[in-house]
Amino acid sequence: MSQFTINMLFVGGSFALYTWIAIWARAKSTKEFYIAGGEVPPVMNGMATAADWLSAASFISVTGLISQGYFNSSFIMGWTGGYVLLAVLLAPYLRRFAKYTVPDFVGSRFDSKAARLVAVVALLVVSLTYVIGQMTGAGVAFARFLEVSSTTGLIISSIVVFFYAVLGGMKGVTYTQVAQYVVLILAFTIPTVFISLQLTGHILPQLGFIGTHTESGIPLLEKLNQVVRELGFQDYTADVSNKWNMFLFTLTLMVGTAGLPHVIIRFFTVPKVADARWSAGWALVFIALFYTTAPPLAAMTRLTLVTNIFPQGADQPALEYENRAEWFKKWEETGLIKFEDKNNDGLIQLYNDKNPAFVENVANEKGWAGNELYVNNDILVLAAPEIANLPGWVIGLIAAGGIAAALSTASGLLLAISSAVSHDLIKNTLYPEISDKTEMLAARLSMVGAILIATWLGLNPPGFAAQTVALAFGMAASSIFPVLMMGIFFKRINAKGAVSGMLAGSFFTVGYIFTYLGWFFIPGTNTYPNLPEFWVMGISPLSVGCIGALINFIVAIGVSYATEEPSEEIQKMVESVRYP
Amino acid sequence: MVDEKKTKGEISERDHQYWAANLRLIIGVLITWATVSYGFGILLRPYLMNVMIGGADMGFWFAQQGAILTFLGLIFFYAIRMNKLDKEFGLED
Repeated sequence: MSQFTINMLFVGGSFALYTWIAIWARAKSTKEFYIAGGEVPPVMNGMATAADWLSAASFISVTGLISQGYFNSSFIMGWTGGYVLLAVLLAPYLRRFAKYTVPDFVGSRFDSKAARLVAVVALLVVSLTYVIGQMTGAGVAFARFLEVSSTTGLIISSIVVFFYAVLGGMKGVTYTQVAQYVVLILAFTIPTVFISLQLTGHILPQLGFIGTHTESGIPLLEKLNQVVRELGFQDYTADVSNKWNMFLFTLTLMVGTAGLPHVIIRFFTVPKVADARWSAGWALVFIALFYTTAPPLAAMTRLTLVTNIFPQGADQPALEYENRAEWFKKWEETGLIKFEDKNNDGLIQLYNDKNPAFVENVANEKGWAGNELYVNNDILVLAAPEIANLPGWVIGLIAAGGIAAALSTASGLLLAISSAVSHDLIKNTLYPEISDKTEMLAARLSMVGAILIATWLGLNPPGFAAQTVALAFGMAASSIFPVLMMGIFFKRINAKGAVSGMLAGSFFTVGYIFTYLGWFFIPGTNTYPNLPEFWVMGISPLSVGCIGALINFIVAIGVSYATEEPSEEIQKMVESVRYP
Repeated sequence: MVDEKKTKGEISERDHQYWAANLRLIIGVLITWATVSYGFGILLRPYLMNVMIGGADMGFWFAQQGAILTFLGLIFFYAIRMNKLDKEFGLED
């Protein structure tokens, strides 16, 4: 059976499964459509949250980012640590409030249409930015494995999502996400286990990571440091100099995670408050399975790649291009691996040609004329089964896993978008008198609209599509998280405070991002170049969200104390949320 | 929906005790959360270079593995303690 047929079987099989679930889990009321009837068991909800969270970008790209070295550890801590904030500061109380959407909470807690609308806008900016990446991610995953264009891939994905999200709403999305999690985690861990066995003899990659490299007898990480150092790269575990920025970046990712509406609404779906707490724990169990596996995979594939190119060590001649492995040839066709023989010796020289000392002392002496191998970061995951010599079905699994990661996150986001439109804009702002049945129709139509817009944006990605981390996390951290937290913990915050806090936090954050990345991300319109020497106090535009959050807190508290107290009724409501 | 009786009823001394106990727990959890990630994983790493966990220095291990495992422990610890607190105060829902 050809690899193409195997991939088709895996992807087709997983799609059949999702469709079956969609039909089985049709939503019959708005409660089922928005929050799956509020009866999802905590373990299931944890799994669905993990699938919601692990996006196409995490699945395909995060390992490559981590493989660049310690300085990218922010992603590992940032994208897991937010769940602690969710578990202790938000999830249980939001569940007790028993609402359907994030703006719904904001609107009711502050008894204000203005606050609800600002929250809707923040939600739309965050979720739309996020969803474009998922749609293009699904298209790319299709293109790589199923030999169709990424446009065709994107349209097929939209049709599948359409089917289960429009039919089933949150109920359909939840149960497909459970299936999608299983597919993606198997796809990610199986190759890693085999690579770990080959390099370290440990079945658990987490142990292999800190274990001994079997061949050389020294610790794996030390071996990796040695190998990359010999090629002029920075040590794998080398510390960073700008700790301040790394600290702020990690904090922004954590606070942003806790403010993402598509993650928060998952906690509305469990039966009880205690379940919301358990559910956050289970979500992190399933996310941790992924994020503790990614660093070993990153280190091990980077080591394997380098030792493949320099089979006898970095001081010996590199691999001859003619003798390259099969997977190398295959991925060359996609352009994700590129070789350019700059010194015409037929050997593949891979080294850091941006390190002047190394170029002068080593490379020039050996007659190397520049780094000759370009490797796209995504290769470390996409080609992992082939690098580890695993059978074809594992490659098929990776294909299904990548697509599952993209679809599960996309559907969670689409649900957050459509429920904000149908519940907050249509039902609670424009036409409060509509019946449950009409609202359900509005919810389905909003979902159709959201899918069409997301597909269109995926086909014609605007400038902000590439800035998901800056824009989505910056906005979520600076507008949504603070207003939710203050809504629960500070009785004194009133509507004026909440609105001005959200506006101040998000305008500051977005303004700072635009200053360095271009106004509305139009290339060339940035006020200052995006370089560390131009950043205010060494803060990169990616790390500014937590400063925006701080501004939100300060402005909201200041304005609230300068204006009237919230009504007795509201204060009592806030108190009642604290005690079950 | 928010319980009708609670909304109208007065907040008792016991309710305040419950909330204070919860806040103490939250603060403890957040201090640990910050120590393992921002502390061990980032800012304190240079001072912990000689402490090894397997083949990795302590800071590196916490940044890439240990922080996540601690986060997990924290969330379950909080859930268990809160359930106990709910029972003690007779506030289960």
